[in-house]
Amino acid sequence: MSKILVIAEHDGTNLNSSTARAVSCALAIGGDIDIAVFAADGKAVCEAAARLKGVKQVLRIARPENQAPLAAVLAPQIAKLSSGYSHVLAPSTTFGKDVLPRAAALAAAPQVSDVMKVMDPHTFQRPIYAGNAIATVKAPTQPCVFATVRTASWIAAPEGGSASVTDQTVETALPSHSRYVELKKDSSDRPDLQSASRVVSGGRGVGSKENFAVIYKLADKLGAAVGASRAAVDAGFVPNDLQVGQTGKIIAPDLYIAVGISGAIQHITGIKDARTIVAINRDGDAPIFQVADLGLVGDLFQLLPELEQELDKG
Amino acid sequence: MKILVGIKRVVDYSVRIQVKKDGSGVETGGVKLSINPFDEIALEEALRIREKRMPAEVVAVSIGPGDVQQQLRTALAMGADRAILVETAEAVQPLMAARIFHELAKRENADLVILGKQAIDDDCNQTGQMLAALWDRPQATFASAVELKDKTLRVTREVDAGLEVMDVDLPAVVTTDLRLNTPRFVKMPDIMKAKSKPLATLKLAELGIAPAPALEYVSYAAPVPRSGGHKLESVQALVKELRDRGVLS
Repeated sequence: MSKILVIAEHDGTNLNSSTARAVSCALAIGGDIDIAVFAADGKAVCEAAARLKGVKQVLRIARPENQAPLAAVLAPQIAKLSSGYSHVLAPSTTFGKDVLPRAAALAAAPQVSDVMKVMDPHTFQRPIYAGNAIATVKAPTQPCVFATVRTASWIAAPEGGSASVTDQTVETALPSHSRYVELKKDSSDRPDLQSASRVVSGGRGVGSKENFAVIYKLADKLGAAVGASRAAVDAGFVPNDLQVGQTGKIIAPDLYIAVGISGAIQHITGIKDARTIVAINRDGDAPIFQVADLGLVGDLFQLLPELEQELDKG
Repeated sequence: MKILVGIKRVVDYSVRIQVKKDGSGVETGGVKLSINPFDEIALEEALRIREKRMPAEVVAVSIGPGDVQQQLRTALAMGADRAILVETAEAVQPLMAARIFHELAKRENADLVILGKQAIDDDCNQTGQMLAALWDRPQATFASAVELKDKTLRVTREVDAGLEVMDVDLPAVVTTDLRLNTPRFVKMPDIMKAKSKPLATLKLAELGIAPAPALEYVSYAAPVPRSGGHKLESVQALVKELRDRGVLS
């Protein structure tokens, strides 16, 4: 039977929801599931992890060096712990993508990146070519399967469990060649585009930088992140970190609202895993309507205020 | 200062990917092949560091069949001082690529290895991290800004929560994100000049590297296409539909 270790992502206090999605993947593999929390303290994180349904045990590896999520510091500890497991999973977030390959290499194991489906405990499906093809891959059983979990493909494991929390020491020498300095958070209170469950994006049809205010307004009403098409970025309406698409961010929110976006292939590649896509566009023949679940044809400057009003009626 | 840069040849980003009918792979015959875009950014960053910190040497490294020389010539035309091709006909997965780069980093006594954060074909996002592990050196992945200070690099990293800043001691491995820089265009005279720059070819078998454990790629399939839904007549109908589907509360 499989014995699976899930590496928790957290900020020191709160468990990141991507962890619960990785637990879902572990449940699909089947077996005993432990969660490892590397932190300076991590008590609150461990309590949250212990509430996830299906988890057997939470390991708390607390030491001062684990304060910041440094791959060079965490990977040797993960590699050491991995010897007791058949699988080590981490969410395929920037945290998991950074730390897990380093741990896998230390354990002399290949890694399966971005697991979207479990076929059997050693066979997985993963996207390649920006999701334009799906590969089925088989990982060797020895020494251990290392895999990152594509969070957009998994629903978070629910709460309601009551796993035990165990303090664990992992004896390894840790390097001092890598030093965490700081995290500069985006100044806005809006959710992060990459991980937001709702996203409102604007395209060339929005018309100008000033007009983008209507997109921000709707996003704030919905508690959504703001995105943009490449055309809107190239036109200078918004900075390029908001770009959604093949060369920007590839996202999979529960709700994606594309406003004034025609739907170029490169944009569609970035959103096609969204659960529900809504398109609002003046041109009823725009390609975006071929992928949207729900569409509205009309003037966005008229429809968006109406939409806000309707949402207020809730 | 010596900087190694990884150059991977991939199917050009503009090519529409087709999965072969028998599911054995992706059509690569006759399609345009280019340098992985993240690797071009890696090379550009190495050239910028060299411009600020002479004397420095930028070595472009690729792994692949003999005709990958073409992409290495492009790297030389962009400004790399010399190139190394590790020749193999076999597909090389990230752990093996990391072992090869580790061997070259040792042989070349590299101070810095800059790689793309991922290749746009297999989208693995592993090689830099694995190289740093084997080399027992720092890694700064998904870099959007790099600042060299004596023997330390200050790297700004694009992480989900914002921008993370870290310091790493050299030698180190950096992997590039899209916003790090905009690669320069190659000019005609540079293409001519690149023809006389040194390009060494090493057979993979001669490097004496143990084959790394690898994944077996069993089959390939096209993604399930998304079918369009329907257009609604009013904002009211839209909100109702979203509530009925449980997308909005």
